[in-house]
Amino acid sequence: MLKIKNLHASVEDKDILKGINLTVNPGEVHAIMGPNGSGKSTLASVIAGKDEFEVTKGGIELEGEDIKELDPEERAHKGVFLSFQYPVEIPGVSVTNFIKTAINETRKAKGQEDMPAAEMLKKIKEKADLLEIDRKFLSRSLNEGFSGGEKKRNEIFQLAMMEPKLAILDETDSGLDIDALKIVANGVNKLRNADNAVIVITHYQRLLDYIVPDYVHVLMDGKIVKSGSKELAYQLEEKGYDWIKEEVKA
Amino acid sequence: MSLKEKILSSYLAFEDYLEDDSPIHDLRNKAIKTFESHGFPSKKEEAWKYTSLNALLKEDYSIFPKKETTIEFKEVRKYFLHEIDTFKIVFVDGVYSSFLSSTTHDGMDICLLSAALSKDKYKPVIETYFNKVAKEDSLTSLNTAFAKEGAYIYIPKHKEVQKPVEIINFYTGSETALMLQPRNLIIVGENAHIQIIERHQSLSENAVLTNSVTEIFTEKRAFVDYYKIQNDLPSASLIDNTYIKQERDSVCSVHTFSFGGKLIRNNLNFYQYGEHCNSILKGVTILEQKQHVDHNTLVHHIAPNCESHQDYKGIFDDNSTGVFNGKILVEKDAQKLDAFQQNNNILISDKATINSKPQLEIFADDVRCSHGCTIGQLDDEAMFYLRSRGIGEKEARALLMYAFANNVLESVKIPELKKRINKLIANKIGVNLGFNL
Ligand SMILES: Nc1ncnc2c1ncn2[C@@H]1O[C@H](COP(=O)(O)OP(=O)(O)O)[C@@H](O)[C@H]1O
Ligand SMILES: [Mg+2]
Repeated sequence: MLKIKNLHASVEDKDILKGINLTVNPGEVHAIMGPNGSGKSTLASVIAGKDEFEVTKGGIELEGEDIKELDPEERAHKGVFLSFQYPVEIPGVSVTNFIKTAINETRKAKGQEDMPAAEMLKKIKEKADLLEIDRKFLSRSLNEGFSGGEKKRNEIFQLAMMEPKLAILDETDSGLDIDALKIVANGVNKLRNADNAVIVITHYQRLLDYIVPDYVHVLMDGKIVKSGSKELAYQLEEKGYDWIKEEVKA
Repeated sequence: MSLKEKILSSYLAFEDYLEDDSPIHDLRNKAIKTFESHGFPSKKEEAWKYTSLNALLKEDYSIFPKKETTIEFKEVRKYFLHEIDTFKIVFVDGVYSSFLSSTTHDGMDICLLSAALSKDKYKPVIETYFNKVAKEDSLTSLNTAFAKEGAYIYIPKHKEVQKPVEIINFYTGSETALMLQPRNLIIVGENAHIQIIERHQSLSENAVLTNSVTEIFTEKRAFVDYYKIQNDLPSASLIDNTYIKQERDSVCSVHTFSFGGKLIRNNLNFYQYGEHCNSILKGVTILEQKQHVDHNTLVHHIAPNCESHQDYKGIFDDNSTGVFNGKILVEKDAQKLDAFQQNNNILISDKATINSKPQLEIFADDVRCSHGCTIGQLDDEAMFYLRSRGIGEKEARALLMYAFANNVLESVKIPELKKRINKLIANKIGVNLGFNL
């Protein structure tokens, strides 16, 4: 599904990603953990195509196709979805109109007709119910005045609507209380199948109790320094990152 | 011969041709003298610092159209709000077109200024209202001197006008260049309601300069919603002088949508004479190429316990230029005032400019006045967010522009008009998102 090879990226001549290798197969869940500032969000943004970051070396393949040069919308059309760590507030655009536009623009790009209004409504209702989102919420301006938890839930609502092949969740758990976390995790799990994949970026092992990873990677200073099974997440939770730093040095 | 000289000599001919007993005969003579002594405003005047008329004044305008031109309804249908029934007062090259119009005298007057000026029964109204709120600056005086035709609307008390009124001025290009002086007089009686849409539309590449004056009187508890659609061709320029006198408990809103035209200057003046008045001034300006729009607003608070709300949004691309000069003048007696002014701008191109200047003169001590101005670009983070959801660059940009203008659009009270303006904006930014915000 996703193959990242020796990926280097920088912003304003500052190297942030320093040779990332990561292969994600269909049906898999990968967790990426690491201290603040290690480059997790940068990696997510680079996969999604944010042009603020310059890819100086290496490549990103999605289903065998090099997507490094594609625009963010083209990557979205091919099934990449990023749930933002900090979703942007857009006053004046309602949640509903936004998601309708996103879906229909994506369909248009694939040469499909707009989704019929009734089908759209049905889907919105279904996914809102899945994530226990109130109907009133959908007519509010996108992310404007939303609490941290509402923003994250709204991201997962969009994920559920878009049904991407590759979902990247950037610290979706921060801002969520335990009940909301369960709802969101359940929402993500419902969407999983043998053909799609999830990358979960998190600080805490907590979310991984609900979205269970096949692999856990530790990102430090722009590199993946350790990979392992979900047990690695427990170790990190218990011991922090210092022991890995020592290991890397050794 | 300069345009000013041409105008002055044309005035003599105009005077000869008019009947002498016009109730505004003396006013005209006085007005032309004012124009003669002041001439056209220049950039030396503070209020005209950022808007130069020089290039416009070089055209060899005809002061009167030489021949009458007719146009078919189907040619101009799209400029009307044809989805719903409306009253229509239509002028073609400054001349009333009974064929395109649909007016009424049924318990109210929605008709012509020329009729009001020539018939005896209107004399008291003309004497009470005509030129009573308009300023005596040179451009308004120029219009007064030639005032002859325009909309005349008189709504008696307690009357709720059921259909919007469209005032449309077409210009056919029958002259190589034409100067027009439309004059509207609108009196909305106690507790009466009306919605008005005004539009100036050129149908030709030939130059036209419209210097229009509109006086609106809102009596006690009257409600007026006025919409100006400025989406003209690049050959057309407009100086709009609008004066609104409000009596107590009246509410008047003016929305100005400026999307097209070569040069537009809006002189929008509100005078609050009674307590508990509310004045609402809103605008969306979207410009490109070398277009220039100057919003010059005045809200003059004279009586206590009043409100005013100004909200102007501007989006400027290419070499376009915008000016917002918003003056709030608060007299000593205008206590307990709540005045709000906001001007937000987005510069799409680095060659576009906006000059935004709030002017607050406050002589009362117990008032709430707030104003704010922002100038920025479209937010990169927001762009990435939208694009990462599959929305193309152009559409994402458009969506952000819509969103930016949305709270002004939201307050348009005629749904069909709101749709129409949405469409104009979509055309203007070259996308169709398939929904209305
Ligand atoms: N736009 C930017 N400009 C400059 N530095 C940036 C930018 N974005 C991220 N960085 C830097 O890159 C490093 C990695 O950041 P980030 O990817 O957000 O880390 P994480 O998500 O792991 O906390 C940090 O040192 C951060 O300051
Ligand atoms: Mg981060």
